Amino acid sequence: MTDKIFKRLLFMLSLIVLFITAGMIYSLVSGALPAFRKFGIFNFIYSSEWNPRTETYGALPFIVGTILTSFLALIISLPFSLSIALFSGEYYKNSKFSKIISSFVSLLSGVPSIVYGLWGFYSIRPIIISLGISTNGLGILTSSIVLAIMIIPYASSLSSEFLEMVPANLKEASYSLGSTRLEMITNVMIPYASSGIFASYILALGRALGETMAVTMLIGNTNNIPSSLIDTSNSMASVIANQFGEADGLKLSSLIAIALLLMLITALINFIGKLIIKRFQ
Amino acid sequence: MRLRYIKDRIFLVMICTSSSIIAIPLLSIVWKVVSKGYKQISIDFFTQKIPNSWEAAIALQNGSIIPGGIAPGITGSLFMVAVASLIAIPLGIMIGVYLSENTNSKYASIVRFISDLLQGVPSIVIGIIIYSWIVTTLKSYSALAASLALTIMMLPMIIRSTEETLKMLPNSLKESALALGASRIKTTFFIIIPSAFSGIFTGILLSVSRVIGETAPLLLTSLGSSSVNWNIFSPTSSIPTLIWDFYNDPNLLNMVWSSSLILLTIVFILNYIAKTVSQSRNN
Repeated sequence: MTDKIFKRLLFMLSLIVLFITAGMIYSLVSGALPAFRKFGIFNFIYSSEWNPRTETYGALPFIVGTILTSFLALIISLPFSLSIALFSGEYYKNSKFSKIISSFVSLLSGVPSIVYGLWGFYSIRPIIISLGISTNGLGILTSSIVLAIMIIPYASSLSSEFLEMVPANLKEASYSLGSTRLEMITNVMIPYASSGIFASYILALGRALGETMAVTMLIGNTNNIPSSLIDTSNSMASVIANQFGEADGLKLSSLIAIALLLMLITALINFIGKLIIKRFQ
Repeated sequence: MRLRYIKDRIFLVMICTSSSIIAIPLLSIVWKVVSKGYKQISIDFFTQKIPNSWEAAIALQNGSIIPGGIAPGITGSLFMVAVASLIAIPLGIMIGVYLSENTNSKYASIVRFISDLLQGVPSIVIGIIIYSWIVTTLKSYSALAASLALTIMMLPMIIRSTEETLKMLPNSLKESALALGASRIKTTFFIIIPSAFSGIFTGILLSVSRVIGETAPLLLTSLGSSSVNWNIFSPTSSIPTLIWDFYNDPNLLNMVWSSSLILLTIVFILNYIAKTVSQSRNN
């Protein structure tokens, strides 16, 4: 009898997860509705004007800013996270070196976003300025560099798991045919684990898309479509962080609409990543 | 023929260098925070209320350290994370138990899928949700709102880590307890959860260390207060939001680094304990 009640109870508790998620989507949609009604969903996404004075809002600059920063971060992080994955998943598997590297990586993954933002502002920005890349040192490039460092731990630890799953007999077969380690890696390991590695990067991209504080501190916060990679811009998350406090009416609704879009994009990206991993296993 | 071996060597060197490069940002962050932050750290820093911009400006002119501390932030962070943990830990463990006992049911796989999606939701979006649910309802920023935002962030992490740990337990453990006549509740609470304790505990620690540094959702939910606050319905400071406030006030800039030092220390200690616990399990 009590066991039945217990089972029921567990079932009811699990409903909470569904209720929270359903409630979130409902609140976002109903909050975004005024903006979507006024501008139309597609117009809102394609319009690049964000002007509080004329009360016209469009999300395109922020969507472009988010996608540019995240993809650039992914590209910058790629050689490093792949090296770390190979280092700890193949070359120095279970050795002291890989333990040192992996403890560095796990420490990096623990650093809070706002500390990354501070470090980017006071350590990376001066370097960008002194290299003469841009005058104020803020913008897409600066945020992407810091974002790249933030997602390296995630991408590398995930993809090293997939590299470790490559069966030993495949590797040995490749060696027995006379290939060097590099040839074995490029011809056997990476092709075998490619979908898993790809999924790791997709999940890392999902992380980068939603990053708020570090990007807010480094992107420069201007509401235009960036003309180049060193231009200042705004991401979807950073425009919410910057403008939510004093927003009301249509502006508030537009910001909630951006939050809804952001949630949908990250959910889609995570869904694709998880799907690929499921296939792989 | 030789070229292949040379290429192989060069590749290894490249892998080693680009892996070691990861140490540079880490050391640079730690160095920056420690070297700029340590001066401000004293007993006062943990016990005094937050200085205002004016006091800080005078101190800066005299070349002395800024008076006051971040007691409201430290207590606020602990308070809000504690409330969030009180809700998220039992709930997360229970749902994790449910998922691990119903591996094949369609409903469980939906819950699993949804909690994965929930884990991927950007924290600022969760901040907006709680703002519209709690802050507009109570018409005030509050510690409660922030705690609930942190709860939503912790919950999926704890659910998934509990489930993953329980999946690795041998089935015979549960079966022998049931065969001895223990009820399901007893088996769950006295056999399954204790034997999975270290894994669950690691998951909890990691989720706490993730949310304790969260800034964006707190800016939308708990805002801040200049003195220590234990009222769950009032605005409350936290270490990360204080860092954000200090960052935006040139006079208080020195406080940024010392607050970051405290935050970083807390996060690193939590991660260290989590790692030790999970390693002792593996051995």
